[in-house]
Amino acid sequence: MKATVLVRPKQGILDPEGQAVESSLRRLGFSVDEARIGRVVDLEVQSADPAVARAEVERMCEQLLANPLIESYEIELVEEQK
Amino acid sequence: MTSPQPRIGVVRFPGACDDRDALWALAALDAEALFVWYQETELPDLDAVVLPGGFSYGDYLRCGAIARFAPAMEAVVEFAAAGGLVLGICNGFQILCEAGLLPGVLRRNESLSFVCRDVPLVVERTDTPFTTRCEHGQTLTIPVKHGEGNWYADDDLYEELERRNQIVLRYAEPVNGSRNDVAGVVNGRGNVMGLMPHPEHAVDSLLGSADGALILSSLVESARERALAAV
Repeated sequence: MKATVLVRPKQGILDPEGQAVESSLRRLGFSVDEARIGRVVDLEVQSADPAVARAEVERMCEQLLANPLIESYEIELVEEQK
Repeated sequence: MTSPQPRIGVVRFPGACDDRDALWALAALDAEALFVWYQETELPDLDAVVLPGGFSYGDYLRCGAIARFAPAMEAVVEFAAAGGLVLGICNGFQILCEAGLLPGVLRRNESLSFVCRDVPLVVERTDTPFTTRCEHGQTLTIPVKHGEGNWYADDDLYEELERRNQIVLRYAEPVNGSRNDVAGVVNGRGNVMGLMPHPEHAVDSLLGSADGALILSSLVESARERALAAV
């Protein structure tokens, strides 16, 4: 089963990288109020059971993929087409 | 009677680059310094451990996030849990934060620029095993060289650390956006410290400053006391 993890800087956490991109976008003429930069992790997990897979990916996030002090995460599971 | 040299291990992670400077500086300050390979699952008989600076595992994911799972780190966690002295410098500080041995996290510098220069640091605690040779309020000049030295803790955590007096070193001027200019912190028990500046690069006036020797010789002396107590 494929899983995608979106890791984002938590609300209220200063994101200097996002700010630099935001000001560049403005310089290009785009009307942007805010840009924040996170990370995407695409996973291929072995479990075919969505509940099991989600629980496992959650443990991955807690132990390694995100740092809970500064980052939040979201998990999207893509069930395979039969 | 000559006092014994304390044995201090310097853990070599893949991507470390300040391991040799740390080893050299500790030996120059009268320690028996030895390398510990990151794949080792057990530490040799040591009186202290130093996690050196560098870019372990290429700083992939987050600085220190991969190194914390290196086999030697499990041994370091056990060593620290038993009260052993552990000092993390720069990337070593990042690893200790990721491993949960020290509070907070090191983030990208606010300026997004790599900072490489001598910085003034104020010593706020002299009762840790890493700062006994410093004076309270003393300003040390020690170089930093990092892109991710912006220490962060949320309000609750920061207030708790202030209350418990765990901030050991502060920059005397803004350097990287670090919360309240924190440059170095110690754990609650007082046996694990991390700092972003590099004391191992400032142990001889030929290098521009010898102030780093105050930190490292504090560690060497504290390790020596422990070695003597264990005899």
